[in-house]
Amino acid sequence: MRNSEGSTRRQFLGIAGSAAAIGTIPVVSLRPVAATPETMTAAIRNVIGSAVVRTGKVKLDVPPLVENGNTVPMTVTVSSPNTPEDHVKSIHVFNEKNPQPNIGNFYLGPRAGRGQISTRIRLADSQKITAIARLSDDSLWSVTADVVVTLAACTEEVI
Amino acid sequence: MTSALINVPKKAKRGDVIEIKTLMSHIMETGYRHTAAGQIIPRDIITSFTCRYNGEEIFRADLFPAIAANPFITFFTVATESGKFDFEWIGDNGFSETASATISVE
Repeated sequence: MRNSEGSTRRQFLGIAGSAAAIGTIPVVSLRPVAATPETMTAAIRNVIGSAVVRTGKVKLDVPPLVENGNTVPMTVTVSSPNTPEDHVKSIHVFNEKNPQPNIGNFYLGPRAGRGQISTRIRLADSQKITAIARLSDDSLWSVTADVVVTLAACTEEVI
Repeated sequence: MTSALINVPKKAKRGDVIEIKTLMSHIMETGYRHTAAGQIIPRDIITSFTCRYNGEEIFRADLFPAIAANPFITFFTVATESGKFDFEWIGDNGFSETASATISVE
């Protein structure tokens, strides 16, 4: 009697567990190729190589809470004197959880005047955004910002 | 077809830092979306944007599907001489558009 009760309970838990698993499958399959923090790290290494990245000098302006991930305003500002001797060479922006870890590479130069770019990006999920700046002495500086997204980009169906 | 919007100051003093705003109308299809029938919609994005100031490249960008539709890019440059800005967008499926703007520097 006890044994049969135990096994029923076990069966029930098993069924409940598999039902829960089935329940989660569609959520996962919406984004079968999401970038992960590891792929973001790999993408960063692809762009900048094995050089040391320090934090600082870069400011990343994104809204902390985004209603619509399809268009998120973003501004990256690098503090630099912007002289021919000391200027911003490039700015690279990455994300954790979009299907692809890259957002954009922006190449400035000694004539930029100000180490700042703005654009609008897409975010498929609440995640971290990392901006890395390469200065004219090839030093690398980064900053990371968290963004919470309520309506994700990329996942909706098109009719 | 004027599918580009460019905002460059018409006049500037020599040495001024000026802001350049550009917008190109483009769907920027990510290649990750599906139709209701389950078919993937092929990627169709702008991959490259370049700005030249009197022939010399002053700004360039590599774009990815994570850039929102109708790519809006702003950046800065130093007004050094009167002349022309040339903008060029290149993308998938042979997409190529150009635009230009003039500036007079005193």
